[in-house]
Amino acid sequence: MSDDHCILSVDRLSMRFGGIVAVNELSFEAGRKKITALIGPNGAGKTTVFNCITGFYKPTGGTMRLASDGGPIALERLNDFRISKQAKVARTFQNIRLFPGMTVLENLMVAQHNTLMRASGLTFLGLLGVPSWRTAEKSAIEHATFWLNRIGLYDRADDAAGNLPYGDQRRLEIARAMCTEPVLLCLDEPAAGLNARESAALSELLLSIRAEQGTSILLIEHDMSVVMEISDHVVVMDYGVKIAEGAPHDVRDDPRVIAAYLGADEEEAIAVMESDR
Amino acid sequence: MGYVTASATDHKQPRAGIAFILKKALISAFVALVLFSLMIGIRTEAGPTGQLIYWTRFGELATLVAIVFVGSIAIELVRQWLGPAGASQLVPAPVQNGLAAAGRYVAPALLIFTLLVPVIFYRQRYILDLGILVLTYVMLGWGLNVVVGLAGLLDLGYVAFYAVGAYSYALFATTFGLSFWICLPIAGILASLWGVMLGFPVLRLRGDYLAIVTLAFGEIIRLVIVNWQSLTGGPNGISSIPRPTLFGIPLTPGPNGLAAKLGIAFDPTHRLVFLFYVILAMALLTNWVTIRLRRLPIGRAWEALREDEVACRALGINTTTTKLTAFATGALFGGFAGAFFATRQGFISPESFTFQESALVLAIVVLGGMGSQLGVALAALAMIGGFELFRGLEQYRMLVFGIAMVLLMIWRPRGLIGHRAPTVYLKQAQAISSDLVKEGHG
Repeated sequence: MSDDHCILSVDRLSMRFGGIVAVNELSFEAGRKKITALIGPNGAGKTTVFNCITGFYKPTGGTMRLASDGGPIALERLNDFRISKQAKVARTFQNIRLFPGMTVLENLMVAQHNTLMRASGLTFLGLLGVPSWRTAEKSAIEHATFWLNRIGLYDRADDAAGNLPYGDQRRLEIARAMCTEPVLLCLDEPAAGLNARESAALSELLLSIRAEQGTSILLIEHDMSVVMEISDHVVVMDYGVKIAEGAPHDVRDDPRVIAAYLGADEEEAIAVMESDR
Repeated sequence: MGYVTASATDHKQPRAGIAFILKKALISAFVALVLFSLMIGIRTEAGPTGQLIYWTRFGELATLVAIVFVGSIAIELVRQWLGPAGASQLVPAPVQNGLAAAGRYVAPALLIFTLLVPVIFYRQRYILDLGILVLTYVMLGWGLNVVVGLAGLLDLGYVAFYAVGAYSYALFATTFGLSFWICLPIAGILASLWGVMLGFPVLRLRGDYLAIVTLAFGEIIRLVIVNWQSLTGGPNGISSIPRPTLFGIPLTPGPNGLAAKLGIAFDPTHRLVFLFYVILAMALLTNWVTIRLRRLPIGRAWEALREDEVACRALGINTTTTKLTAFATGALFGGFAGAFFATRQGFISPESFTFQESALVLAIVVLGGMGSQLGVALAALAMIGGFELFRGLEQYRMLVFGIAMVLLMIWRPRGLIGHRAPTVYLKQAQAISSDLVKEGHG
């Protein structure tokens, strides 16, 4: 894929923790304005890949190139907060990480930290309350309100984030990530713990983010109904390596994928599939 | 764990707890028996020729064990009467709502009262002196509140910045003859530089580790002051530090003094009143800046850092600079307060900057409710003023004071004002319950 079609290309990514190889020479590409799903059994190394892409781990080998407007960015050279600030890659977490003691609106305001920091003249102009700061703050609140409406939490804007029901917290975390205006949104199991109705609403939200904001999405997911419904491309991992990739329906029928999920030998899986037909 | 089981059984059968209460009381009595049998039951002393003499006091031992047994039953009965154990149950909801409503008028009332203190108590130097002391601690508490309450970084060495501020003013004023108002910003800036210097090595530390390093930092500063004799005068301290002036007019009895210029009779209380308003203005400035900062991105980043550091990084917030600015801001106010302390006392020595001061300021912040400006002010008033109030109790003062603190922490484990006020709202600002607000990881 060329840069026009590909937002992220991961090339021979490896991550070792001492003697344990969590990710071994993984290569895949995530399409621009596409939803790419990373699936695989527990312990396959999916979250490790995410932590490498979002700068929480420094990979032991390989490259990750993000095609941004200002030219390609080597993600493996950025670390920590710079991934979000400079490369515009946002993420959510498997176990929700909101700011529970802050209100829903405040959570979305914190996400706009870097924009607001500039507008407040690194705090000094903001301390004096100059008009340009006031307008910047107002537009930040408007931006947050826009996302509150998108996730249907406008009425709960002034409630503590920790008081929201589980499904709302999941959606708020996605909205908070979107408030950083990312080019790539990485979602770590966004449908975990959601019921069927909430899962459907989540799929709808992700599709609308791709369509309206044009944000590329990379997601880890166990809920196959969500993966099959919304993803354009699926990458399957097991034991730190890629075992299959392709369109959702091709991957679903791949014997290696079934073997990985069922924990059976390849021949057995093929035998199972053939007996089905 | 006993309490947990107790409340669990209470739910099912609230009245039938007699066996449980007796069992608990027996266990308490047994523990008391084991503990006291050697401490109270047997008394040993060295005899006239150096041999060991001992005799038994089983009567006293029996009395104490009985007290523990009856006391345990009484405590358990009170607990059952109050309902299942739990902090929220101890304070009924209407009382809490009432407190919240009253809270809206406490701050303005307190401010007006404080402004009038020098007028009301003009003839009572002791009250004025105490007021100045309380306000100094209010300012220190508000300064430390930025670091501990907002950013959630546990700092046990806050007195170091207080010391840096005090010594900066003392040295600049005695060596170069600079006035208080010029030295004040210098003292603040130097203290906040030390704040950044402390911040760098402790950036990666959390919780207990951070507390230990900041504690050590506070001691290092004090020991440097003690040992650097040529600069700081060592344990002898620095004396004859200039008093503050009103735009260059000294508050002295001479012909150049303020009293002479105004054509009124000189009174030493004038200076006390002046100092009172100076520290009040400085404390209010601290308060105003902190309230402003909370509503700016940096303040929200501090609070977000307290809530979840990992999420902050994922949102592109530079946690390094965020922590450093918290340390620097807290230290800045500590430095201002230190400069004021030096000019008020006229004499400073390392003895004023011991760990006890850090602990006292931290206690004010924790008792007040971390992050709450009003809570910290009330706690400073209670801690410093209350300590003076118990002066009549003489040697029991510490005991009564300690019991009061323990009771307060049982009654309100998250401090006097534990809830958090949001910094921005769409429709209505709602206080956030202290159960949700994190205390930070250190």
